[in-house]
Amino acid sequence: MARRVSVARTVAITVVAWIAGFIIFFPILWMVLTSFKTELEAFSMPPKFLLFKWTLENYAIVQERSDYIAHVWNSVAIAFGSVLVSMLIAIPAAWAMAFAPTERTRGTLLWMLSTKMMPSVGVLVPIYLIYRDFGLLDTRLGLIALLCLADLPIVIWMLYTYFKEIPIGILEASRMDGIGPLREVIFVLAPIALPGIASTILLNVILAWNEAFWTLNLTTSKAAPLTAFIASYSSPEGLFWAKLSAASTLAIAPILVLGWLSQRQLVRGLTFGAVK
Amino acid sequence: MATQHTRTLGKILVAPSVALLFLWMIVPLVMTIYFSTLRYQLLNPGTERFIGVENYIYFLTDPAFITSLANTLRLVGSVLAITVVIGVLLALLLDQVFIGRSVVRLMVIAPFFVMPTVSALVWKNLLMHPVSGVFAWVATSLGFKPIDWFAQLPMLSVILIVAWQWLPFATLILLTALQSLDNDQKEAAEMDGTGPFAFFFYIVLSHLARPITVVVLIQTIFLLTVFAEIFVTTGGGPGLATTNLAFLIYSQALLQYDVGGASAGGIVAVVLANIVAIFLVRLIGKNLE
Repeated sequence: MARRVSVARTVAITVVAWIAGFIIFFPILWMVLTSFKTELEAFSMPPKFLLFKWTLENYAIVQERSDYIAHVWNSVAIAFGSVLVSMLIAIPAAWAMAFAPTERTRGTLLWMLSTKMMPSVGVLVPIYLIYRDFGLLDTRLGLIALLCLADLPIVIWMLYTYFKEIPIGILEASRMDGIGPLREVIFVLAPIALPGIASTILLNVILAWNEAFWTLNLTTSKAAPLTAFIASYSSPEGLFWAKLSAASTLAIAPILVLGWLSQRQLVRGLTFGAVK
Repeated sequence: MATQHTRTLGKILVAPSVALLFLWMIVPLVMTIYFSTLRYQLLNPGTERFIGVENYIYFLTDPAFITSLANTLRLVGSVLAITVVIGVLLALLLDQVFIGRSVVRLMVIAPFFVMPTVSALVWKNLLMHPVSGVFAWVATSLGFKPIDWFAQLPMLSVILIVAWQWLPFATLILLTALQSLDNDQKEAAEMDGTGPFAFFFYIVLSHLARPITVVVLIQTIFLLTVFAEIFVTTGGGPGLATTNLAFLIYSQALLQYDVGGASAGGIVAVVLANIVAIFLVRLIGKNLE
């Protein structure tokens, strides 16, 4: 039975919803607009919304700062590196727990999840000291290893829920045909599981890209990703709003697009399946 | 059913993950506990000595601890209240049929993907600046005196930024839950002549009780350790006005080099987070069955 929806009601809801959406999105919109202004116009009062001299000079300046590309590369290396390594460790584990569960599987999964709930600040001191002693402070390797471990529970959990949805009948049929476990994984499982694996990578890359506790505390310059680079604009001598905006826009744009693509997985990944 | 062969294989495949997570959890935690019983100044290496629970006594009776604990609770409580209340309203709104729904949805969830250092600095400089910020312009245009956000209302400023970051999370989860509300249930209520308010309180809210619990628990775990937003905006100040537990521990460890005291603080934070985590893990565990 179709519900009757009056035109007036739809119009009213449309207006309210767009206003709400605009208000929430405004800080991002404003940042993007500011990134195209000159430093002078970025400060101007009253603020200029669209009628200003559009310029790309901030982007050029940000790019020219020789270290900018290095920070982008650090972010890419750390986000993708940590997620890919944790995928390598997690896929076999999730596969085993989904397809060969034992009476201890549930407990193991919940225990893994509980490690994610340990506040990072609780182990800041030992991690900092270990990293100092092993020369891992301000290295990409150090951050990749750390974020890989921090990601691992969510990665395993997400993969597990995706694998769990694969009908066991398909596997049993192929097992009847007598294919070995390795070929079962490559030819039967992988094609079905690929979308789930891709979503898991996507969401975790987003989380790792935006991680801002360890990246701020364990890097200074060499291995600093964009989170830490942007933080350097908080110092008083860095009051360049247009450049801050340009650097920020570049830093969030790719991840915002990925985020929009992965909104469904977001709910699933971040609630650990507790909300469907 | 799993044969003996696959069971063994399963154990071998799970083992690396379990071993790594176990090490990742236990080694730093044991070290933190160990350090928390020492007098250990990073700048005076070699002078470490065992002092038992003194660090805890010192940390827990430090007025800064009480202040930062109160700030932590204020931050967590306020952000939860804002995100849940506005999140429910937004979810109800986005669940309606209207023009451009998918675009509005994208706009609403966007803040979640902005890295914390960017959100904090954009809010602080472009929006909340007392002279050239957009808020100041709005206030002046309406005939009010602009607020110097970070000087006059530092904690509220941090709360607003963090709430903006987490609002999409709450909204998206509540929206997902709303969309699973049975259409039959809606229609039955409609045919019974249930008014909009009765419908909201008896049907929608009771349906949302569980997702709201999930939102509250997950956000609490993350909000207990908000760090980057404070680090780049106020540095915990003015005074201790925006120092939460995470920031206090950070400043004891890496600004005052007091390893023992910071470790004791870290253990306190772990205990607090675990109290919340117990409830969350139970809730998720129930869902696994």
